[in-house]
This record gives sequence, C-alpha cells and structure tokens, in this order.
Amino acid sequence: MLKAGIIGLGKMGLSHAAIVNPHPLVEMVAVCDTSSLVLDAFRKFTRVRVYDDYVKMMDSEALDFVVIATPTKLHYKIVKYALGKGIHTFCEKPFSLTLKEGAELVALAEKYGLVNQVGYHNHFIGTFRELKRLLGLEILGDLVHFSGEAYGPVVTKAKGGTWRSDPEEGGGCLFDYASHVINLIQEIIGKPVKVEGSKLKKIYSKEVEDAVYSILTLENGLSGILSVNWSDETYRKMSTSLTVIGKKGKIICDATEVKIYLKDANQSEKLDKGWTIKYITELAIPVNFYLRGEEYSAQIDNFVEHVVNKKQTEINTFQQALITDKVMDLIIEDSKAK
Amino acid sequence: MKMDKVLFGDNQFFAVSHMSDEKSRQQAVRFKEDSSIIRVLDQARETGINTFMCTTHDRIASICDYMRSNPDKYKGFKIYPCMPYAHKYANAVTELGIVGTIRQYVPGNIFSTFAKGGIAYMNKDFIRLMEIFIDAEMKMFQGISTPVIFLQNVLVDMILGLKALEVFTAYDAYIRRKYNAEPGYISMNLPALLDGLNSVGIENPIICTSVNKIGFRMSGGKDVYEKYLAEKKFRPIAMQVLAAGALKPKEAIEYLGNFPRIESVLFGASSRAHIKETKELIEQYL
Repeated sequence: MLKAGIIGLGKMGLSHAAIVNPHPLVEMVAVCDTSSLVLDAFRKFTRVRVYDDYVKMMDSEALDFVVIATPTKLHYKIVKYALGKGIHTFCEKPFSLTLKEGAELVALAEKYGLVNQVGYHNHFIGTFRELKRLLGLEILGDLVHFSGEAYGPVVTKAKGGTWRSDPEEGGGCLFDYASHVINLIQEIIGKPVKVEGSKLKKIYSKEVEDAVYSILTLENGLSGILSVNWSDETYRKMSTSLTVIGKKGKIICDATEVKIYLKDANQSEKLDKGWTIKYITELAIPVNFYLRGEEYSAQIDNFVEHVVNKKQTEINTFQQALITDKVMDLIIEDSKAK
Repeated sequence: MKMDKVLFGDNQFFAVSHMSDEKSRQQAVRFKEDSSIIRVLDQARETGINTFMCTTHDRIASICDYMRSNPDKYKGFKIYPCMPYAHKYANAVTELGIVGTIRQYVPGNIFSTFAKGGIAYMNKDFIRLMEIFIDAEMKMFQGISTPVIFLQNVLVDMILGLKALEVFTAYDAYIRRKYNAEPGYISMNLPALLDGLNSVGIENPIICTSVNKIGFRMSGGKDVYEKYLAEKKFRPIAMQVLAAGALKPKEAIEYLGNFPRIESVLFGASSRAHIKETKELIEQYL
C-alpha cells in the first residue's frame, strides 16, 4: 500500500482526498490544512491524522506521495519540500506563480526521478482524448484555425473575496479558468509561442480579470483564439470547448461530445460525410470510484499507477504545466503592452 | 412506505444533460418560465405519475409556491427533495472559500454566538451545522409531502470517499426524527456505499444509482452492480437508465426487468409522448 497525504483542503483538496482514500492501492494517512474548522471535522469523522503544518506532516509521516491543492502561491515551497524528501508529487493547477520557480521544480523532479503530475484533468475526459487521437490521424487535413473557450458562473456579482481575488496570489480567470484551455490547446493542437491582442477584462471583480481574450500562434504556425469568461451565468458550471477547423472539415469538442464535420467520409474511422457525433457515454474512461466526473478519479489512478511503477507519466507533467504558465505569462505581458 | 414505481426527475428543467452541453442550453431556453416547468409536471401527473424527485434548486421554491396555492390540484402529489443543489455551493466555495460559503448560506450571522448557527459554528458542532443546512434546504417544501429526502451524489460520494460514515448515521437519524421521512442516498458508487451504510448499521437503505445496459456511471463495473441488485438487501431506485440518451427507451427499460428488486425508476423527459412511453415501459417490464 502506498501512503499518501493531502495538503490543502479546499474544494479540490477535499475532492482529491475523497478519491485517494478509497483507492485500493493507497492508504491516505494524513491531511494538512490551516483551517481548524476543516481539521476538526477530519478529526471527528475520519481516521486520518491531521496537521496544520506541511513540514511537520512530511517529516512525521513516511509518505510515498502527496497531493498539493493549496492556493497557487504556496505551490513552490511545498512542492520543493516534498521533492526534497523524495515524495512523489501531484500538484493542482496552475503550477507556479513565477516561471523561475516553476523551472526549478521541473528540474528538481527530474533530478530526483520523482513522479510528478499537475491537475489538468480535462486530459482524462474521453472526448478530449478522442479529439487528440483524431487530430493525430490528420482527419481534418491542413489546419486553418482553432478556438479554445471556457465559460462559467464563478464571479457573477461585485464583491470582495478570497485569494482568488488577489492578482498577487494567482487568483483571477486567467490562472483559474484559462489555464485549462491553454493547456488543452498546447497538448492537443500545438504549443502556443506567440500571443497578440490579449485583453484581461474585469467585469465584476475589482482586482483581477474575469475574462481573457487573446490570439495565439502555435509553434506549427497555426493561429487561433482564446476566449474565456468566468462571469457568464448562462452556464450552470464550467464549460470548456475546443473547435478545430481544417481544410477537410471541423471538430467541436467539449466534455460531453465530439462533433465532427467532414467534407468527405473517412472510411477507416467510419466517419460519414457531414456530421458525426460521438458522446461521452461511449468515450468515458472507466473508474472504480466516481466523484464529480470520471476525469478526477482517472487522473489520480494514472498518478498512482506511475508511482507504483516508479515511472514518470507522460500526461500532465510539471514540464507541460510550466509551458502553460509561460503562455499565461506571455498573455499578461501582451495585455500590458500598449 | 412503498415508493411509486415511477419517479419523475428534474434534470431536464435545469439544463442538466450528461450527454450534451448544447442540449442543456436548449433546455435552459425552453424552461425559462416556471409555467413551462409546471406544464410538463402536469403532463406527467396526467399519465399517473405522482412523485417528483428534484434538487433544492432556487427555482423549485417557486414551483412549491404554486403547489401550495393549488392544493386540490396537487392532492396526493409527493416531492422527494435531493439536497444540496451542489453547484450553488461549489461555485461559492471557489469564490468565497469554505468558511465564506458557510457564512453565506447558514441563516443568521454565523459569527454571532447568539444565532443558532453561530453557536454550532463556534462549538464546531458539525452535526448541528448539518442539521441547520438541511433545515435551510427543506424550507421551500413546507406544507408539501416529502416522504423520502435524499442526499445528492456529490455529497454522498464525498462522505463515502472520506469514510466519514458517521455523517450518514447522523443524517439518517435527523431525517427520520425531524421530517418523519425516509432518508435516501444518491450515489455513483453503489457497491461501496451499500457496504459502508451497512457497516454503520444502516440496513435496507433507499439508494438511487445508475443502472443501465452499457455500464455508464456504474463505478467499479456493471458486473458488481448486477450482483448487488440481484443479491443484496436495499431499496434500489434506478437512475440514468437511458445512459444520458445513449440507449433507446425500450431496450433500456427491458434491461431493468432483469432486476425485480428495483423498486422505482427515476427519469426525466420534456414531452408528453416521451413521458407516456417511458412510464408505460416501466410498468410493463418492472
């Protein structure tokens, strides 16, 4: 059995804890948070040991891996400490607040040969996997344009808030929402190397952006748009999609369906001329324990499997997350340029 | 208390489609007005469906108002509330944090030691806090028959995952005591949940869970679900029977016929024809 600890018990940390705990190969031995309310609840209702100090937790427990789901500004020092102790590390997204820190963590994980993964869970949704596979087969021919979008109802009225409303702490729509879309674009379509026309718009928040718009150019020369808004209450929950247009057709992909339009039928893929729709019901990755979506369990399953085999995962590495951080940095710089 | 064989769900009213975000949007447009929800509910009633299983969504409050002001029309009609409406809290936690969310949704000033919630918060009396949340969610159903009260799957499965099983015992006791109702559990993890509930002495629980021919959202696999449905003692409600629309109604319901212990089937539909067709199939095969 692997021994695991969870650091940071907000929404994502609680969700990770509830997924790690029932994993058949894992024993969740400890959790860490600064909220005495949350720790007392764990004390009262669970058997895990609780800590309010991550250093103490990692020093006292013989952990095989940690899941870090603290506010972003704390990632660097906690991840660094975990790696230094030889603990395999799963870190929530976005990865780091500064590129220098991120690069240091990538190098450390590499140096110590530790499994590292970041929580860009969309890669564990069957539809986005299918999109990647189809693009790999070049079924759209030469690509001409893409758009990556995400909308949802996080901040829908003006008021102060938590670390998410502090630009110095990595709050804001860019880090929280747009990071997912950028990461999907980067891993499925191509790595963005240039950004133009970036707008970080405040809608209801005073300090941070609620929407992100930008034109991205990828390393293969393809350009497309990024359009993300977390103040859109016409969506019940976060809704992320990629649209890719090629000379032979177009694909629109979100977490529930892949809509494929082809100018000519593709025999080997059994895709008709015109529209074919593939649904998540046939594409979902089977999991043993379900909470909020297969992807959350599937990403932990993937991480655990790689820790067991002591082999670095190819999906959602620190390295890949750092690329996403770099693109976000480019967008911030571009939005300031006048 | 026996549950009706057919339970009418509410996903279609609140833009919940597990298969298509686009369909969600179309539903949001169609059910913009409460009157269009009521119209479909009435069509369901006309086919003989007498139980509406719904989340504690803000808009259900106005549907309840309508029911209270038309008591004759809704005589004998029951609601099975499912709490909480998770996205309300999830979005709040992202923005406000956990304490901020408690502050926003617990009635009264949570930081005032004079308020009921304040005392519970200060004392870290979690069970009392849970009861205050339940009461807040149940307020909209006052005067309406709610013989079964469900915990939503996101909460059930989180409690289950954390193995905080005493929370279920407390929930179970409070629902029976305060509301004179049966507690119910919605879950995507039937085998683990039933084992967990049994382990803390909750016997023969009402569990609403995915049951469909293609194994969609049947965590751990279809085989173990089938075994539990055939052999274990609990009161199953089958949901997601059409696997988000991937299955045709006839083949979907026919499959349920393999499990005579299924007590009820939960489904939602927006047209009179679909409601009638599905209801008749359920009655034919179950």
